[in-house]
Amino acid sequence: MNRFIGFLKKEFYHIFRDKRSMLILFGMPIVQILLFGYVINTDLKDVQMAVLDHSKDEYSAEIINKITSSGYFKLTENLESLEEADAVFRKGNVKVILVIEPDLGKNLIKNTAGNIQILTDASDPNTANLEVNYLQGILQNYNLEINRGKQTPLSIQAKSRMYFNANLESVFMFIPGIMATILMLVSAMMTSISIAREKELGTMEILLVSPLNPLQIILGKVAPYLVLSFINALVIIGMGYFIFGVPVLGSFALLMAESVLFIFLALSIGIFISTVSKNQQVAMMLSMFALMLPTIILSGFIFPIRNMPIPLQVFSNIIPPKWFIIILKNIMLKGVGIEYIWKETLILIAMTFGFIGLSLKKFKTRLE
Amino acid sequence: MDASIHIDNLSKSYGTIQALKNINLDIHSGELFGLIGPDGAGKTTLFRLLATLLLPSEGVAKLCGIDSVAEYKKIRSFLGYMPGKFSLYQDLSVIENLEFFATVFNTRIEDNMDMIHDIWVQIEPFKNRLAGKLSGGMKQKLALCCALIHQPKILLLDEPTTGVDSVSRSEFWQMLKGLKKKGITIVVATPYMDEANLCERVALIQDGEILQVNSPAEIVEQFEKDLYSVKSDDNYQTLLDLREFEHTNSVFLFGQNLHFTDTRKQFAEDELKQYLKNKGRSNIVIEKIQASIEDCFMALSTKPEANE
Repeated sequence: MNRFIGFLKKEFYHIFRDKRSMLILFGMPIVQILLFGYVINTDLKDVQMAVLDHSKDEYSAEIINKITSSGYFKLTENLESLEEADAVFRKGNVKVILVIEPDLGKNLIKNTAGNIQILTDASDPNTANLEVNYLQGILQNYNLEINRGKQTPLSIQAKSRMYFNANLESVFMFIPGIMATILMLVSAMMTSISIAREKELGTMEILLVSPLNPLQIILGKVAPYLVLSFINALVIIGMGYFIFGVPVLGSFALLMAESVLFIFLALSIGIFISTVSKNQQVAMMLSMFALMLPTIILSGFIFPIRNMPIPLQVFSNIIPPKWFIIILKNIMLKGVGIEYIWKETLILIAMTFGFIGLSLKKFKTRLE
Repeated sequence: MDASIHIDNLSKSYGTIQALKNINLDIHSGELFGLIGPDGAGKTTLFRLLATLLLPSEGVAKLCGIDSVAEYKKIRSFLGYMPGKFSLYQDLSVIENLEFFATVFNTRIEDNMDMIHDIWVQIEPFKNRLAGKLSGGMKQKLALCCALIHQPKILLLDEPTTGVDSVSRSEFWQMLKGLKKKGITIVVATPYMDEANLCERVALIQDGEILQVNSPAEIVEQFEKDLYSVKSDDNYQTLLDLREFEHTNSVFLFGQNLHFTDTRKQFAEDELKQYLKNKGRSNIVIEKIQASIEDCFMALSTKPEANE
C-alpha cells in the first residue's frame, strides 16, 4: 500500500508540474463548453429580413409585426419590387425576403385565402430550412388567431410540442457530447502519454526491474486521472446546469456512476494505446486519430447517426462515446432510470473488461 | 552471502542480428568486475539479460544461484540496476526521486543511510533541485543512490561514467570501491579502457563475444610482444609507412603516439629509425613501453587467434 501511495504522489508531481498537462486537464473542458455553448449555436436569432409588401394593409402590417416581435427575425429593408431581391441576397446580409401579395386583406375576406411568398438565401441550406420552418410556424399561429371564433370548414390543425428540449436549445445536445469528448481525451490521451513517456525516457526500465508488478504500475498511472476526470465531469455538468440551464432530470448518483464507468473505459483504452506505442508522439497521434475524431464525428455528438451511410452506422456501434452519449441524454434530458439504459451500460462494461484484458496481456514485464 | 553471477552459454539475437554469442562468464561474490568493450559490443544487451529485462535466445544466467528467466521476480528484489541512459524523473527533485525509489522497494531512506551515506553527502546540498537541472556527474551520483536504496546484493552499472567529467569519474570509482567493501557484487560496463585497471577482473568484449576474462594485471602480462612507442613530425604518414614495413606485426595510433610491435623476437631500433628516415620522417623518437589494457584489447580484437 505504501508503494502505491508513493507511486501516486509521483504521478501527481508529474501532472502538476507540467503546464501542458494542466492546461489540457483544466483549461480545455471550460474552453470547450464555452465554445460550444456560445459560439457554435444552431438556433436562430435576429436573422435579417427584407419585406416586399404589395398590400400595405392592416393584415400585412400585423403579420410583419408578429414576425419581427418573435425575436428570430429582424426587419432591415423594405423592397419596392421583386427585381431587387436578387441584389439584396447577393449583398449577403439579408437571408430572408417576405413577399406579400397585393390586396392581402381583401383576398382573405373575399376568397378566404391570402398568399405570402418566402424567399431564402439557401447558400447555407440547413439555416435556410430552419428559417422557412420558423416563418411558417409564425404564420400558422397567425392563421389560428384570425380564425378564432369563426366556423372553419373541416381542417386538421397539427400542434407540435418539443419534448425534452422544448426550446430546441442546441447546448442541450452539446453538453453530453462535450462530456464524452473531454473524458475520453483526458483519460485516454493523458494516461497513454504518461505511460509512453516512462518508456521514452527509460524510467520504465527501472520500474520494471523494481518489485512493482504490472498491475501496480498501471493502477498507479490510472488512479490520478480517474480522480481528475471525475472532477472534470462534475465541472462540465455544473457549468451546463448553472450557465446554460441544461437540466439533470434523472438520478444524479446514476449519472455519476455511469460517468465513472465511462472514465474507466477511457482509461483502459489509454493503457491499451500505451502498450502498443513506443513513445509519446505515437501515443498522442493514436489517441488523436483513433479516439478524438470518431468521438466527435461518429458518436452522434454533432452529426445524427441515422443520417450516416449504413457502413458508418454499423461502425459507430464500436465507438464507446456513442453509448455514453445515449446514456447521458437519457438521464439528463429524459430523466429515466437504469431500466432504460441497462443495455448501453452493459456494452460499456463489456468494452472496459475487453480493453483491460487486452492491456494486461500486452503489458510487458520485460523490454521486448 | 552468495552474490555471484553465473552465465552459461548465453546468446541473444535480435532478428537475424546476433548481439551476444555463447557467453560464458563467472563473476564471484563481492567482486568489482569490469565489462570493457567499444560501443555496440553487446554490453547493454548482456546487462539487460542479467537485469531480467530481456529473454535470452539460448543459455542460462543465474544471479545468486537464481535463474533469470524462471524466477525473475525474485531477482528483481535484490538487484540494483542503473541503465546507461539517465533514467530518473527529471521533473522530480533529488529528494523526491530518492523517496520514490525507497517506497517502491518498501523501505525508507533513513533505514538505508549507512549504504548511501558517502554518496548522499555529496548531493545533499542540492536535494531540492529538480533532477533534470543537475550536472552530469551529480545525476550519476543520484542514480547510484537510487539504485542502492534497497541494499541490493548485486549492482549492475551500465556505462555509469560515459559523458561525465574526469574528476567526477574518479570520484565515482572511489564510491564503487567503498561499496565493494560492503560486500556488494558490482559489475560495471565501460567503453573507457583506462577504467579497466580499477576493476579486480575484467572481461574484454567485442561483437558479442568475450575475448578474455582476467585481472587487468594478468591481461597486460599476457602481452607477449615488446611494445614500442613511435613518434615523429607526421604521425599519420608514419602510420602509413609502418604499415608497409616488412616486419610490422601491429601498429595503432594512440593519441600523440604510435604503438608498434615487431614480428621478430629481436628488434633493432636503429633499423626502424633508418627505415622511417628513408621515408622522409624527421624527429623520430622510439621508446620501449609497458603495454596497457587498450593495447591488449587491440591485439586481441584484431587477431582472435592470439587468444588461443
